[in-house]
Amino acid sequence: MIPELGHFLLIVALAVALIQGVLPLWGAQKGRADWMVLARPMAWLQALLVVAAFACLMASFIRHDFSVLYVASNSNSALPLAYRIAGVWGGHEGSLLLWMLMLNVWSVAVASFSSRLPLPFIARILGVLGLVAAGFLLFMLATSNPFDRLIPAAADGRDLNPLLQDPGMVAHPPMLYMGYVGFSVAYAFAVAALLGGNLDAAWARWTRPWTTAAWIFLTFGIGLGSWWAYNELGWGGWWFWDPVENASFMPWLAGTALIHSLAVTEKRGGFKVWTVLLALLAFSLSLLGTFLVRSGVLSSVHAFATDPRRGLFILAFLVLVIGSSLMLFAWRAPKVGLGQRFGLFSRESMLLVNNMMLAVSCGAVLLGTLYPLFVDAMGMGKISVGPPYFDTVFGLLMAPLVLVMGVGVLVRWKHDEAGPLLRRLVLPAVVVLVVALAVGSLAGKVSVVATGGLMMAFWIVSSIWMDLKPRIWPQGSTLGQVPARARLLPRALVGMMVAHLGVAVFAFGVTMVKTYETERDVKMGANDSTEVAGYGFRMLGVRDVPGPNYAAAQATIEVSRGGKVIATLQPEKRIYRVQQNPMTEAAVDTNLLRDLYVSMGERLPTGEWVVRVQIKPFISWIWWGCLVMMFGGFLAMTDRRYRPRKATQAAAAGAVQQGAA
Amino acid sequence: MSRYLWPLGLFLVLVGFLAVGLGLDPREVPSPLINKPAPAFKAPTLHEAGKVIAKQDLAGKVWILNVWASWCGACRDEHPILVEFAKRSQVPIYGLNYKDQRADGLGWLQKMGNPYVESVFDADGRIGIDYGVYGVPETFIIDGAGVIRYKHIGPITPESLRTKIEPVLRQLHG
Repeated sequence: MIPELGHFLLIVALAVALIQGVLPLWGAQKGRADWMVLARPMAWLQALLVVAAFACLMASFIRHDFSVLYVASNSNSALPLAYRIAGVWGGHEGSLLLWMLMLNVWSVAVASFSSRLPLPFIARILGVLGLVAAGFLLFMLATSNPFDRLIPAAADGRDLNPLLQDPGMVAHPPMLYMGYVGFSVAYAFAVAALLGGNLDAAWARWTRPWTTAAWIFLTFGIGLGSWWAYNELGWGGWWFWDPVENASFMPWLAGTALIHSLAVTEKRGGFKVWTVLLALLAFSLSLLGTFLVRSGVLSSVHAFATDPRRGLFILAFLVLVIGSSLMLFAWRAPKVGLGQRFGLFSRESMLLVNNMMLAVSCGAVLLGTLYPLFVDAMGMGKISVGPPYFDTVFGLLMAPLVLVMGVGVLVRWKHDEAGPLLRRLVLPAVVVLVVALAVGSLAGKVSVVATGGLMMAFWIVSSIWMDLKPRIWPQGSTLGQVPARARLLPRALVGMMVAHLGVAVFAFGVTMVKTYETERDVKMGANDSTEVAGYGFRMLGVRDVPGPNYAAAQATIEVSRGGKVIATLQPEKRIYRVQQNPMTEAAVDTNLLRDLYVSMGERLPTGEWVVRVQIKPFISWIWWGCLVMMFGGFLAMTDRRYRPRKATQAAAAGAVQQGAA
Repeated sequence: MSRYLWPLGLFLVLVGFLAVGLGLDPREVPSPLINKPAPAFKAPTLHEAGKVIAKQDLAGKVWILNVWASWCGACRDEHPILVEFAKRSQVPIYGLNYKDQRADGLGWLQKMGNPYVESVFDADGRIGIDYGVYGVPETFIIDGAGVIRYKHIGPITPESLRTKIEPVLRQLHG
C-alpha cells in the first residue's frame, strides 16, 4: 500500500504544482490578488505532499519492500540502515525525488522569508517555481516512477552500488542538489523581474542572499563529492574532470559570476542585463547537468542507467524552461536600460573582468565536456577530452582572475586612479614572488607552475591585508583599537574577505599537492616495510574482516617517523557480495600539513599485496578552502541589510556600506 | 533586440547537438575494419623496450586486443573486469598501451593488476591510428587468421562481456 500511496501523493503534488504554476502567474498579469495569494499556500501544500511521498519511498527501503522495483534495484536485506536511507537517492528515480524535495524546500523558504516582497512579484516567483516543479513531477511520473511495482517481488535486492556505500555519499547528493536546485530561486527571481519589468537594485538585493545560499550548498556539495572520491575511489585523486563533475562545476562558475555581478547591480545599478542573463544561465546549467547525467549522451563514471525516453523528455523540458526564459530575455532585456557609467579603472571594470573570466572558464568547461558529443554528432568520430585540456585551460584562465581578484577589492567604485594604486601594489607583488620562491625552495622544488600557483594564493592574502589594514589599523591608531574597529566592519565585507581567503587556501592546497606529492607502489607482506619521504610504513599483517554485506581483506600498516610510531592505518579491499565488485577503502592519516594515504591494490599469487603509499602535502587545504569560502558566503548572506525586519533601516545601511562586493 | 537573441540562438544550436546526441550511443560505432585483416604492427612491448612483438607472432590463435592508457578514466572502470576475465578465460588478452608514458603505464598495471599476456607500447599512437581507435578503451577480437571479428568501443561491462564478447569467442572456437 505504501508505494501506491507515494505514487498517489506525487500525482496530487503535480496537480498542486500546476495550480501554483498557473493561477498566481496569471493573477499577477491580470492584477487579481485572489489568485496571487494562492502562491504561498500552494507551495506549502506541494511541499507537504512531496515530503510525504519521500517518506513513503524511505519506508519502502527501510522495510525491505522488494516488490518495489526501485528498492529491489538499489537495496539488499543485508544493507545497513544508514545506507538504506541513503539508498533512497542512490539511483535515478529516487534522486529525482530528492531533487523535487529540495525544490520544495527552496519554494517553502521563499514563501516564508518574502514578507517584504510585493505580492505580484512573489506570486510570479512561486509561479515559476511551481512550473519547474510540475515539469519535474511530470518527468518522474511519466518515465521514472520510483514506486513502480515489481511483480512477483524479488527474493532479495540487487544492493546499493558499493561506491555509494560511504558516509560522504549519504550527504553529498542532498547538498549538491540543494545547490543545483537553489539556483532555481535566482532563476525564478529573474523571470519574475523580466515579466514584471522591475529589474532594479531592489531586485538585486532580494536575489543576492538566495543566490549566495545556493552557492554555499553547491560549494559544499562539490567539495564533499571531491572528498568522497578521494577517500572512496582509492587512488588519491580529488578531481577528475569527469562529465558529471563538470556538470556540477559549471553552475558553480556561473553562480560565482552571478554573485559578483549582482554586487554591481545592487550597488551601482549596472550590469543589469548581464546579471539577469547569468541568473537564467546558472539554473539552465544545472538543468543541463541533469540532462547530461541522466540521458546517456556522455559516458561517465557516475552516469545513471539510461533510457532514451528520459533523455528526450528532459531535452524537451530544457527547451521549454531555458528556451522560454531566453525568449523572454530577448523580448524584455532591451527595455532594461543601462546602469550608471563607470571608468576604465574602477571596481565595476574589475568585476567585469571577473565576470568575463568566470564566464569564459565556464564556457571552456562546457566545451571540453560537450566536445566529444559535438564531434560525434557531426559524424567525425569519437574522442575523449581529458584532464590535460582542463588543467591547462583552467589554470591559464585562473591566473588573470586571481590577479584581478587581488586588485579589484582595492579599487573604488565608479572611478579610480590606476597609477597610485598600482604603485602601492609593487611592493606586495615583489614580496609575494619572494615568498612563493622561498616556500618552493623550502619544499624542495621550484617550478614555474608551483611558483605561479603559490603566488596566486599569496597575492590574494596580501590584497586582503591591504584592504583590511587601513580599515582596522589606520595610520596613527594604536593596536589596541583594532578589535573595536574590526567589530564595526560590515559583515558582507568580512564575508567577501573570508571567501577570498578560502580561494587562497584552496589554491595553496592544490599547488602544494600537485607539485610535492609523492607516491610509491610497493609489494608488501607481513613485516615488510618501506620508506617514503621520511615516513616508514610497516605492514603488520592482513586479515579477513567480514562486513554486513561484504567481505574485506584489511591490512594493518604502522607508520613511523624518526623511529616513533605516529599512526596505524587500516586500508581495506572489499568485495561486496551481491554485485561482486571490488572496492578499495583507502586509509588516511590526515593533519593540516599532510595526508598519509594508503590503499591496497592487487593481491599477488605469493600472498603479498601491492600497496600504494602516498604522501600528500596540504591536500586537506583544498577542502578547508571550500569550507572557508562557504563561511564567507554565510557571513555575506547574513549581512544586516538582507534581514527582513527593519526594512527601511536596512536599506539605509546598505546604501552607506562601501566596498562590500 | 537582435543582440539579445544571441543566448537563445546559441542555446538552440546546443539543443540541436544534444538531440542528435540522444540518437547516438557514445559507446557503439560500426567499424569499417570488421571482417578485414587486422593491420600489421611491430613494436616494443611495454615491459621491455628491447623486446619486439608483431602481429604475425600471434597468428594461429584467437586473441583479444584491448586498447588502454593510464590517463584514461573509463579504463579504470573496465580494468577489474578484464583482470577477472583474464583469470577465467583461455583467450589471451594483449594490451595496446596507447599514447602513454612507459612509467605511467607500468605503474598503472602494477597497481591495478595486469590482465595482459603482453602490452604493445604505442607511444605515438601510430598503431592506434591503423586500428581506427577513436577513444580509449576499445577492444578487438581477432581470429586465428588475423581477421578482426568484433570491435567493442568504450569500457567493457560485465553485461557486454556476457552478451557480446563471450558469444563471439564461443562462435570462433566453434
